[in-house]
Amino acid sequence: MNMKTFNIGGVHPNDSKLNADAPMQELPIPKQVCVMVSQHLGAPSQPIVKKGDKVKVGTVLTSNDAFLSAVVHSPVSGTVNKIADVIDASLYPKPAIFIDVEGDEWEESIDRSPEIKREINLDGPAIIQKIKEMGIVGMGGACFPTHVKLMPPKDAKAEYLLLNGVECEPYLTCDYRLMLDHAEEIMIGAQILMKALNVSQAIVGIEANKPKAIAHMSEMAKKFPGISVQALKMKYPQGAEKQLIKALTGRAVPSGKLPINVGCVVDNVATCYAVYQAVQKNMPLVQRIVTVTGPSVPQPTNFLARLGTPVSAFLEAIGGVPEDTGKVISGGPMMGKALANTEVSSVKGMSGILVLPEKQAHRNTVYPCIRCGKCVEACPMGLEPYLIASTSLAKAFDLTEKARVMDCIECGCCHFTCPSNRPLLDAIKLGKSTVGKIIRARNAKN
Amino acid sequence: MAENTKWVVSGAPHIHGSDSVTKIMWGVVVALIPAFLVSVYFFGLQALVLTLVTVASCLLFEFLINKFFFKRPCCLGDGSAMITGLLLALNLPSNLPLWMAIVGSLVAIGVAKWAYGGLGSNPFNPALVGRVFLLISFPVAMTTWPLPHALFGGSTVTDAITGPTPLAIAKEALKTGQTPEQIMSELPAYSDMLFGNMAGSMGEISAIAILLGGIFMLCRRIITWHIPVAFLGSAFIFAGILWLADPTQFMDPVFHLLTGGIMLGAIFMATDMVTSPMTNKGKLIFGVGCGVLTILIRTFGAYPEGVSFAILIMNAFVPLINRGCTPKRFANAK
Amino acid sequence: MNETVIFSVVLLAVLGLVLALILYLVAQKFKVEEDPRIDLVAEALPGANCGACGKAGCRDMAEQIVKDPSYTGCPVCNADNIAKIAEILGRVPEEKEPCIAVVRCKGGKVNSPSKVQFEGLQSCSFANSLFTTEGGCPFGCLGCGDCTKACTFDAIRMNPETGIPEVDPDKCTACGACAKACPRGIIEIRKKREATGRVYVGCMNKQKGVYSTKVCKISCIGCGKCVKVCPQNAITLANNLAYVNDDLCIACQKCVEACPTKAMTIMPLSKKLPETPKAEPASVPATATEPMQKAETLA
Repeated sequence: MNMKTFNIGGVHPNDSKLNADAPMQELPIPKQVCVMVSQHLGAPSQPIVKKGDKVKVGTVLTSNDAFLSAVVHSPVSGTVNKIADVIDASLYPKPAIFIDVEGDEWEESIDRSPEIKREINLDGPAIIQKIKEMGIVGMGGACFPTHVKLMPPKDAKAEYLLLNGVECEPYLTCDYRLMLDHAEEIMIGAQILMKALNVSQAIVGIEANKPKAIAHMSEMAKKFPGISVQALKMKYPQGAEKQLIKALTGRAVPSGKLPINVGCVVDNVATCYAVYQAVQKNMPLVQRIVTVTGPSVPQPTNFLARLGTPVSAFLEAIGGVPEDTGKVISGGPMMGKALANTEVSSVKGMSGILVLPEKQAHRNTVYPCIRCGKCVEACPMGLEPYLIASTSLAKAFDLTEKARVMDCIECGCCHFTCPSNRPLLDAIKLGKSTVGKIIRARNAKN
Repeated sequence: MAENTKWVVSGAPHIHGSDSVTKIMWGVVVALIPAFLVSVYFFGLQALVLTLVTVASCLLFEFLINKFFFKRPCCLGDGSAMITGLLLALNLPSNLPLWMAIVGSLVAIGVAKWAYGGLGSNPFNPALVGRVFLLISFPVAMTTWPLPHALFGGSTVTDAITGPTPLAIAKEALKTGQTPEQIMSELPAYSDMLFGNMAGSMGEISAIAILLGGIFMLCRRIITWHIPVAFLGSAFIFAGILWLADPTQFMDPVFHLLTGGIMLGAIFMATDMVTSPMTNKGKLIFGVGCGVLTILIRTFGAYPEGVSFAILIMNAFVPLINRGCTPKRFANAK
Repeated sequence: MNETVIFSVVLLAVLGLVLALILYLVAQKFKVEEDPRIDLVAEALPGANCGACGKAGCRDMAEQIVKDPSYTGCPVCNADNIAKIAEILGRVPEEKEPCIAVVRCKGGKVNSPSKVQFEGLQSCSFANSLFTTEGGCPFGCLGCGDCTKACTFDAIRMNPETGIPEVDPDKCTACGACAKACPRGIIEIRKKREATGRVYVGCMNKQKGVYSTKVCKISCIGCGKCVKVCPQNAITLANNLAYVNDDLCIACQKCVEACPTKAMTIMPLSKKLPETPKAEPASVPATATEPMQKAETLA
């Protein structure tokens, strides 16, 4: 098999895809869900329901007029209990809508039949409008509103649709599961996106550690003209947008530019599936697959769960938090966010819940930098992480900027590879946010 | 919430690769074992004792400096002082008085390492600073090399026989107007040199043993190929050019690669992470600089051997090289 | 032999003379005329080069002061410094009330028990982007010590027991470096009030009481009792958080006594209890009246 990959840097973490071939399970609907009002990147939404309102699955809960935004639909049927602040994953209070669950009644417009609907009836603009109405966002974790990606600026023309089935984060298996169970829907979703973007070629990138998915998707792709499957060598962070484009098309997105500037639009396979459901079945984004896994989890499982389900419900479903748990992460181990609170509810971008035992939860002892250059070797953006980190810690932010901190994709390769266990990414993130502020202030002045 | 244990909150990433400073340092120690064994084989117990003394004194100085100057718990566990001791021993003639070796250790650990702030902060390779300090302070002792005598069998006289290294022989002979051919007839055969049967510092004699260690470090990804290849390659090419230009005045390039400390230098000393450049391009420049300087010093300088000086000089250029050699950016961003 | 010695001596002497001459000529050529008072003023400044004034250092500041009579500048100078500078320049020394940095958070390990454990880069700015605090307060002190690192006078230090920084009143120059360094704006420069003590709200939590009391024992719940008791109308309430206006406050301590959560703080603590034999420090509400009267007399 001819396998491709990106050219600079990258690391090879142990992929730890535990129990990936176990069937997907549906998680029971909890008694109460807590739907975060803003679940996307961009302008915050406003709730449009009020206490005591009856809602069904699919009822619109929030509104937002901004371009870069996405609405939220009720994932359950029942009564709005309250609209109040809830402590989120990092213990900050965020507005949320609490809904007491009563039954499971769906909006009539939603087609819940299991048949696969292959005919695409809508035209491009209607598809985009539909995707916006159904609140679809990028489900790889960034939660970028999908309809925005489908409306490229006038001077740019999309040539390729790239589907991200890489799942390069260790442990996570939700996209893998989806590709095995719903390959055809993903393909139809890809066709819908191709129609909306008016492109003729789509490439699905899948890493070599998922041979079954590659075989299954390749088989399925034969039925769909224009869609091909490309196997990729295992290397983290292949699922990062720029790295995936480089691996699949050989094109490099220049610094500060978007994928569309090199004629590419990248969407996650899970997003593709959601697009299929939205456009063909009229189903808003109310549920997603969440991988619950970890070295000490007895039965790592992929759950199909309604949004707003608290993390604690997932943990109960696997038989409670394992005793030696030291850290719970939302997302994968490389870029995920450590949770401080399990009452936090699942959101559109939560691809997994990773439970790490105590002995893997802690940072290792930090040694002085021995200038081995391994971080430079590992950086997929060709940066010098040691330099960015040290200038940032010295508060020499002009040098941090010069070291191209804004190109950092925060993949964590440097941090992962550092033999001295230095908190490189911590320092780089600090530098990146500070330099970002400095640049914004400078631009505002001019 | 978990009631009893407090969960950890930290930034991503939450997993770490298997690399660690300790692993790297002990990897180097393991890689040095073949060269060390060869030196014990050829120079006898003397070599073993000298090594033990430098290692012990390096560890002791490291401990004392941490304890009394910096007043913090000692950091012997990282293995860096151990490597300095080992490398220093391998760079010394095995019959060096032990007190000199201790002085060398003090300079290596105290002056070259901790005066700059310890592990990771030293611009110059500590073991080489120690060696060069000794070479300049005690030139006679440092250039009186015992001739090898196999540990098992062979000569019964152990300490008495000393002689110059092939490099020194060649340098002297060339000055007196002998041609390289005549010189070569007085020197050990290349095959002997390859296995280490010649006079020299403890660790530098056997090219094979050093290469073994180098291959081990390459496999364990402790070093990359750039510095050794650039170092040896440039030395070979530069010496070759000189030799081709005038074979009656200059030794042939193979001679240069097999004698003196060039193998040890290229594989163990120049590749020291702390004192070598960060990027691959920088490593190549660094290696070429070392190689060319070594041959320059050997052929035109006052000393018969120039590896230590070449590496130390290039060490001084590392910050400049790091500044000039940025890695290949994604999308060739400037 | 002798000739060699003489030759060397003469050579070196001549060389030295020539070089000295060159140096002298160069120094003359590139001489910069400068107000001599700048040096004097620079000497009178604290000389820490802390950068609190925004200048490149104390000398830069001195230039500015000499050049511009209206420039008041140095936030670090104490009365002595100011008097000295005024004398040098023949100006009237300006009145300056001594100020000090106050830490407006009393959470920490004691009052806001940690629910999670933070690991990684010990930097408040970074921790601030990652989570609230170990105790869960989104406004409280993160305890990583960015302020202590910013202080050039070694005047602010972490208390390892509480995990909250403490200001040394003798060393603090109120330069404001710590206040700038704090990503949550907890540190404020307020009047020092050595005689009466400083009264301020030791809490920054703008959440409603139901939330804030969950994460911290001493949080300001925005009950407004202090607003009512304040004779000076110095206290305002906004976003569930009280704020004491430093210009109006007379340090009567009525609010300190009235505060149900003890978020209202008087520093130094010794000022809290007037010297009476019957002092009962812990049970403030019960013995509220007596210390209050004492406080009044004190004020």
